[in-house]
Amino acid sequence: MADGESIGIVGETGSGKSTLGKAVLEILPPRTKVSGHIFFHGKELSHLDRERIRHIRGEEIALIFQDPMTRLNPLMTIENHFVETIREHQRVSRQEALARAETALASMRVPKSRIQNYPHEFSGGMRQRIMIALALVLNPSLLVADEPTTSLDVIVEAQILEILEDLKRTYKMSLLLITHNLGIVAEVCDRVAVFYAGKIVEIGSVDDIFNRPIHPYTRLLLQSIIHLSTKELHSIDGVPPDLVSPPSGCRFHPRCPYAQPVCREKIPPLEQFRPDQLAACHFGKDFL
Amino acid sequence: MEKTPSKPLLEVENLRVYFPVKGPLIERLFQRNKNFVHAVDGVSFALKPGEIFGLVGESGCGKTTTGRAVLRLLDPTSGSIKFEGINITRLKEERLRLLRTRMQIIFQDPHASLNPAMSIGRAIGHPLKIHGLAWREEDVKKEVLAAMREVGLTPEEQLYDMYPSDVSGGQKQRAVIARAMILKPQLIVADEPVAMLDMSIRAKVLGLMLELKKKYNLTYLFITHDLATAKFLCDRIAIMYLGRIVETGLANEIYTDPKHPYTRALLQAIPIPDPRKRSPKVLPKGEVPDAVYPPMGCRFHPRCPAVLPTCGWEGRDFVDYLEERRTDLEKAKVDEINLGPLELWRARGLAVERPCEPEKIRAITEYVKSILNEAPTPLAQAVERVKNVENKLVIEFRVPDPLAPKEVERRLVECLLY
Repeated sequence: MADGESIGIVGETGSGKSTLGKAVLEILPPRTKVSGHIFFHGKELSHLDRERIRHIRGEEIALIFQDPMTRLNPLMTIENHFVETIREHQRVSRQEALARAETALASMRVPKSRIQNYPHEFSGGMRQRIMIALALVLNPSLLVADEPTTSLDVIVEAQILEILEDLKRTYKMSLLLITHNLGIVAEVCDRVAVFYAGKIVEIGSVDDIFNRPIHPYTRLLLQSIIHLSTKELHSIDGVPPDLVSPPSGCRFHPRCPYAQPVCREKIPPLEQFRPDQLAACHFGKDFL
Repeated sequence: MEKTPSKPLLEVENLRVYFPVKGPLIERLFQRNKNFVHAVDGVSFALKPGEIFGLVGESGCGKTTTGRAVLRLLDPTSGSIKFEGINITRLKEERLRLLRTRMQIIFQDPHASLNPAMSIGRAIGHPLKIHGLAWREEDVKKEVLAAMREVGLTPEEQLYDMYPSDVSGGQKQRAVIARAMILKPQLIVADEPVAMLDMSIRAKVLGLMLELKKKYNLTYLFITHDLATAKFLCDRIAIMYLGRIVETGLANEIYTDPKHPYTRALLQAIPIPDPRKRSPKVLPKGEVPDAVYPPMGCRFHPRCPAVLPTCGWEGRDFVDYLEERRTDLEKAKVDEINLGPLELWRARGLAVERPCEPEKIRAITEYVKSILNEAPTPLAQAVERVKNVENKLVIEFRVPDPLAPKEVERRLVECLLY
């Protein structure tokens, strides 16, 4: 992921997309078995001690969730949320912290007059904007957004997406947007990674993925979306696999209409098929 | 019962459903005027036999409440509901039960609509027993297995004895559909039947609903927030906003040429899964207001991008305007100095007022006039007068123009633009 880039992580329920987001922030439940590496600005995150991670989290990598109430404390005013967050990371006076809070809230169009209110006194969309303001008040260089608009109605969703795009432009912030909604990815992201059963099956520019998909799962998933110009319904046979014992070889093979014996036997590597497009399919070049 | 095919299967007229607001006990005891959530506030539509009619809107618009009231799962506050010409608005439970076999509902959450302690087969056959249509176990089972085959719940013998927790979400929703279908209903109210299913499964369930509709000439009242699904599925659509239907018409006509500004906003807001079609959007500001105190005039007026001075501006819109100014830190500073806290203002219907000390009243009045000049034109033009009465500053708005559904190019639209 480059500086200022936004990547969409799409997949169905249980595909592992949220787990990826949590891994980046090192907030997976204790005793989770983790392997592999995550580098952030060249530093490997798992090598850092807890204190350092805590510092990076919030200040350099911020997270927003689907439900703002998982981030906002119902017993704390909005003002105190900001003052606490800012002073946890930086040695500034309360006055200075407050001034920054006001600016952050104003940029999210939350009226200054409501800074003394409690989270429950705000509407759903306003709470989401407060959470974004809180995530951004320390100027992180990466924002991980896990289904940030899923519980919102379509108009408020569009308002929030507009805000995210503005932020990307103004602050050159990178965005890792985790969602099941392909429409949102097409509108907001530069690149997209398609998850299936815990693996990336395809990754590439939004233009390539949406207009020239390679992996059969990506192709079928795109066909199954019902949008305003849908004339015919398409679906994918079968159900996503149980990840306790995932299928051998390509994990999509039991549902894939093009599956061959090799798909059951060998795990396909993520291979490059176009300058900015990789797919994990044994027959990728047949789908070019 | 004899009926001509042109007669509507379901007729809803001026339906209102209000829910009392449950406040703390003390408040309830001492409050003279009870507050109500105006969930559905004067809704009319009719379903022809064999059509798919979509009720489309955002959460809180009253679409689910309408669907439930239509089946009398909720008691309407006023208005009338006719099913096959029979007025069922106040029909007694025993007589209603006879009709219930002909109108069924499919809920959004298949996990919550199946009893976890009842096997799939028994759940599907349950309505037959409740309505006394089949008693002998083998008769019930035969019908259930047939219904299961019909909805694609196969191998049916094997799934019959399984429990909801053993099957996938898509299969559960098929079981719910089978349970609704086993009574051979005419009308099915489908309340977001695919919203909780993954994209790759949705199409299958919708396809099944279409297939059943064709085969049995079913009539659907399809309730959804998803405009794309509604467009694909429905013959006609009613767009709801805050308890009212703002636009009704043929689905493809509404989508190609939406008339109501709210319909336009909704259509524009949908994310399009094609990165080549990115374009800036003109979105309504803010969110759906509280249905306990719906806005005057057109309920969409405070957010409407095409609003007129006559649409229903009222006292609290001015307070909202003052609050919005406080999202601009420069204006917020000047407003705070000149006007003080927002809490001084009291909105009363068309008017809004605040107390003023006599020596300051002129300066404050001048300031209010100056910020009204900076306000959006429709709001500013709706102000009838700014006056001083007994140490109070009062702003009065004009009375809104009357609003009613109007026929515009073969559809009904409730908007003063037409």
